[in-house]
Amino acid sequence: MWKELNGRVKYLLKTILLLIGGTSVGYSAADHDYVFEAGHSSLQEWLLPDLPPIPDDNRPTASRIELGKKLFFDPRLSGHGNMSCATCHSPMLGWSDGLATARGFKSQILPRATPTIVNVAYNSIQMWDGRKRSLEDQAIGPMEAVAEMHANLAELIPWLGNNEGYKSLFKSAYPNEGINRSTLAKAIASFERTIISNDSPFDQWVKGNSTALSKQQILGFKLFVSEDKGNCAVCHSAPNFTDNGFHNIGLKSFGNEPPDLGRFSQKPLAIMKGAFKTPTLRDITLTAPYFHDGSITTLTDVVDHYVRGGDIKTNLSPNMKTSLDLNSEEVAAIIAFLQALEGTPKPITLPMLPL
Amino acid sequence: MMIREQLKNKSKPFSILSLVLMWSLILNYQSTVWAAEFEVGQKNKAFSVPVLKIKQGDTVKFTNNDPFFHNVFSLSDAKFFDLGSFPQGEFRQVTFDKKGTVEVECAIHPTMKLKIIVE
Ligand code: HEC
Ligand code: HEC
Ligand SMILES: [Cu+2]
Repeated sequence: MWKELNGRVKYLLKTILLLIGGTSVGYSAADHDYVFEAGHSSLQEWLLPDLPPIPDDNRPTASRIELGKKLFFDPRLSGHGNMSCATCHSPMLGWSDGLATARGFKSQILPRATPTIVNVAYNSIQMWDGRKRSLEDQAIGPMEAVAEMHANLAELIPWLGNNEGYKSLFKSAYPNEGINRSTLAKAIASFERTIISNDSPFDQWVKGNSTALSKQQILGFKLFVSEDKGNCAVCHSAPNFTDNGFHNIGLKSFGNEPPDLGRFSQKPLAIMKGAFKTPTLRDITLTAPYFHDGSITTLTDVVDHYVRGGDIKTNLSPNMKTSLDLNSEEVAAIIAFLQALEGTPKPITLPMLPL
Repeated sequence: MMIREQLKNKSKPFSILSLVLMWSLILNYQSTVWAAEFEVGQKNKAFSVPVLKIKQGDTVKFTNNDPFFHNVFSLSDAKFFDLGSFPQGEFRQVTFDKKGTVEVECAIHPTMKLKIIVE
């Protein structure tokens, strides 16, 4: 009660100061005055909105989602008929593949790790380097990529049109739009928007269940958001634990010759060399190994990476600290908190595919 | 002579703009003398205004009000610049010497976008 009041008074003071001083008055370092009590109003920004952003021309319907699910799991969409989206984004492996970096067409090793598609619906930008804007934009990419599914859409689309099952599924999902790149992408995107993790112990605690998190996990959350300690939330920000931004966090592979320049290939600015998109941390326990190069296998090693401020520090994000002041108990608390971000596993029924 | 106009985070740019406009109508217009300065804040990963109309020769001051670094750059033909990244409380200024539309962004947070129309 007192804490809450105290928070309010601080907020008021801040507002007054701001009004007097205009933009010249700095905000206090702790910009978020969180009160670390289950259900507290200051924490509500961490809850995902019930619905992710959805484009007007692709409102979800049961038939769109059903069609998208079949397409997502159908290996016949690939050039050799043996690789589906789910080959790499498998629900059995946290909607990823458990590999350091992906294996593509004829098992070739791809340069980057497969990101989970959990909560991609909430991303405002897609891919490690942000080269795709929306899920609709993204969906055809891997199908046509020679190194991935290696499909020929000029053959695939007539094949779908000649398949009685798909023909009627497309008809009920997109009645007047036909079978084409656009409806194919829209159906897959509609399915992806249903892969959501929003009921983790952390979410339950934010909603008011005081026993959902252990004391250690609450401490971990405090350290996670504290700029002087973990400093994680600067980039892994509310509500999806991402700022949808790009950072070079000093991975060893940035020292490779030549390194993967990441975001720089899209935005040729020095600061973007070796910068990659901040991934969500929801369901993070299900998607090892970590980082775009799959170079780290455990969450302990991830946190240790941040404690030493990365390895190759030649173009470190300005939002990354060059070292963190965390003792081993505090590191353990942050890891315990990350474990509290795993949603209740939802059983998934595999679709029957139209022959 | 120089008019310094402060655009506060939540004030409407239009009232200040029209003020500047009125002044320039009342007095004899001389482009070199009438350069104005506009302030745009960066707060909660957004620019304080989505669109800003200015005149050729005007300066825009970008101030970071978030407790982490932002960047400011533009790859537009009308003005090509990269102000680097800077922390809370610091600012960077750019003078717009060519007419046209300038798309300003933050490289770190691509959802931060601002369109500056230089007339
Ligand atoms: C061969 C493995 C593979 C296949 C097959 C595959 N993907 Fe991916 N997917 C990846 C990799 C690797 C990335 C990251 C690539 C990058 O960022 O450069 C990715 C990225 C994505 C992303 C962006 C996620 C984010 O957080 O930015 C989405 C969405 C996605 N894939 C959906 C799909 C869909 C839909 C299909 C089927 C049409 C598919 N993928 C097929 C490996 C695969
Ligand atoms: C400067 C921004 C920034 C800060 C600060 C930051 N992260 Fe990250 N984090 C990222 C980016 C960007 C990536 C992906 C980097 C890459 O793969 O190149 C990432 C990746 C991760 C991953 C792996 C995710 C995956 O799916 O592979 C974990 C786990 C993680 N961060 C946890 C943390 C924790 C815990 C902290 C605080 C101790 C933290 N991060 C601080 C930006 C940041
Ligand atoms: Cu920014």
